[in-house]
Amino acid sequence: MREVAVVAFAQTVHTGHDTGLAEPELLLPVIDEVKRATGLKRFGFTCSGSCDYLAGAPFSFVSALDAVGAWPPISESHVEMDGAFALYEAWVRLQHGDIDTALVYGFGKSSMSDIREIMTLQLDPYYLAPLGLDQVSYAALQASAVNADRAALDEIVRRSRADGRANPYALDLPDPAGDEFEVEPLRPYDVAPVTDGAAAVVLAAGDRARELAGRPAWITGIAHRAEPHYLGMRDLSRSVSTAEAGRAAGVGKGPVDVAELHTQFSHEEPILREALGLSGDVVVNPSGGPLAANPVMATGLIRIGEAARRILDAAADRTVAHATSGPCLQQNLVAVLETSA
Amino acid sequence: MGNRCAVIGVGQTRYQTRRRDVSLAGLVREAALRALEDAGLTFADIDAVVIGKAPDLFEGVMMPEAYLADALGAAGKPVMRVHTAGSVGGSTALVGASLVQGGVHGRVLVVAFEKQSESNATWALSTHLPFNASLVVGAGGYFAPHIREYMRRSGAPDHIGTLVAVKDRLNALKNPYAHLRIPGINREMVESTPMLWEPIRYLETCPSSDGACAIVLAAEDKVTGTPAWIHGTAMRSEPIMLAGRDVVSPRAGRDCAADVYRQAGVTDPRREIDVAEVYVPFSWYEPMWLENLGFAAEGEGWKLTEAGCTALDGDTPWNASGGVLSSNPIGASGLIRFAEAALQVRGMAGEHQVEGARLALGHAYGGGAQFFAMWIVGSSKP
Repeated sequence: MREVAVVAFAQTVHTGHDTGLAEPELLLPVIDEVKRATGLKRFGFTCSGSCDYLAGAPFSFVSALDAVGAWPPISESHVEMDGAFALYEAWVRLQHGDIDTALVYGFGKSSMSDIREIMTLQLDPYYLAPLGLDQVSYAALQASAVNADRAALDEIVRRSRADGRANPYALDLPDPAGDEFEVEPLRPYDVAPVTDGAAAVVLAAGDRARELAGRPAWITGIAHRAEPHYLGMRDLSRSVSTAEAGRAAGVGKGPVDVAELHTQFSHEEPILREALGLSGDVVVNPSGGPLAANPVMATGLIRIGEAARRILDAAADRTVAHATSGPCLQQNLVAVLETSA
Repeated sequence: MGNRCAVIGVGQTRYQTRRRDVSLAGLVREAALRALEDAGLTFADIDAVVIGKAPDLFEGVMMPEAYLADALGAAGKPVMRVHTAGSVGGSTALVGASLVQGGVHGRVLVVAFEKQSESNATWALSTHLPFNASLVVGAGGYFAPHIREYMRRSGAPDHIGTLVAVKDRLNALKNPYAHLRIPGINREMVESTPMLWEPIRYLETCPSSDGACAIVLAAEDKVTGTPAWIHGTAMRSEPIMLAGRDVVSPRAGRDCAADVYRQAGVTDPRREIDVAEVYVPFSWYEPMWLENLGFAAEGEGWKLTEAGCTALDGDTPWNASGGVLSSNPIGASGLIRFAEAALQVRGMAGEHQVEGARLALGHAYGGGAQFFAMWIVGSSKP
């Protein structure tokens, strides 16, 4: 495959509440930031990820184009998925060989709606959605299936929130406390917080990447896989699609310094660690991860951005990023980023 | 443009107001199985699935690709979900083609659908983003002023829209999948229908349809059956709120056409493209796009329509299938254009086949006439 790298990454200072900014207003500063970082004003391809249901209106991506400055008209596409999948589409487009740069962004404001109930509408509308199973409830089914140790989950949340407090872009959340359940066995702090935010990434190919960044974060592998939708058809204690995507991306071909995982619930970390074959000494979500900031539809893209940033900043040599979509980790994307292509 | 890619299978459902007999999954599966049958393949031969549809509010299912993965044999495979407004069907084909052209996959299944009977599309299109003004006009109300401006600029006579409405419905009578098949359709019938959004009459608009379309794309070494080779692909977008953008002949459309013509080596589209499937949801968009796509000079598009050049037996047939005016499952409408273009160059368009078609254009547009997707397919390798 053609050598493609992340050469710039920017994200908003995420908030746990609506600050009154519309989506294009969230986006404009981060798009400006990656343009400044690379010196690029135009890109060979642009791709974004967002979800109409967060805004409660069709075409939430249309007004986002105003922030991109799409004039003269640009070659552009959009996925109704997390921005990580938009990055995948852009990576594929760069494989054609006729363009050298791509802009990717994702954005979401989950403060304006009840994400827990909205996610119910993602379920099979005939057999599952009418049951009223909300996002935390079906996650709790998975948490029960994996039967994770409560002390281990508490430690994951404590570590994530502490890392988040040290991350200027993540929320400031206190150490986990309290013994009430949100939906047993999940406690309120096991659930990723409501967050508004956006993120942007610039991809570049070959020598163009070397010109644009001192240490490009080369994407040496990227792949994604889906599983059956119906929870009863899956072993919820495992993530076979993550394992398969990780194999295809080549996670196991070398040591992993850091992994940024799209864990919307604490119990997903042990499932994903096992699926990706990450040993106990692999640092997971040093940014705080989604448990410290979860701007839905940008969260997965931020995992790739954070994993890349550690290579761009010479803090790591080989990192892994993971993004997910669908109920209970139905679909998973895995990328490996390295210092050399 | 990357590696060679061909359409090797096309599947469509019959388009109609309501498909009460199938679920969303049943609808997309019907189209997918027909496309696989056309290609002589099964789900096991497919490497990845790309799903496209217009706003999720149309069916009330958020990101339905998660639920549809099972029905499309996508478990264990990569699934992508594309959404680029009305152009989405076209964009979905381009994302699928990109996977092959980029050398990532050998065979890709592309499916687009809409089950409009699940909701009211005009309502779903009229809600607005928080902190943004709502026009509360639906698509027809939005585009009617653009059409009036075209009429003012070009001096086109009032009956041109009527001619397109009749011509496309005559073509639809030759297409077994078309939604609106109106025996005896003529100008009087169109002119007798109510005015919805001046100058658009009821029979000058597209219907609301349930339906799905699927195509199978293959790399050169994976081609089975009769291929339609992709000679060019292009997408262009421009901001909806840009002051001074020309909504009558958007620059994104002109740039997109120029890009796809350059790739396909087309310099005179009216002469070199044998048949075009162009997104015409309101009759007047035929003359408008004839100009935007370079088939006619500025202000001259309506003259081609009036002279019958775009009819099935004209010198540059447009929408031989009956087009969006005859079938409109919104999210699929763009893919139907792309698929019908492929059927024409494969010589498999049946009664609405344009004799000897070797090069065809598929076109889709969306949003406020700001998103464009196009491809050119041919019977021979590029």
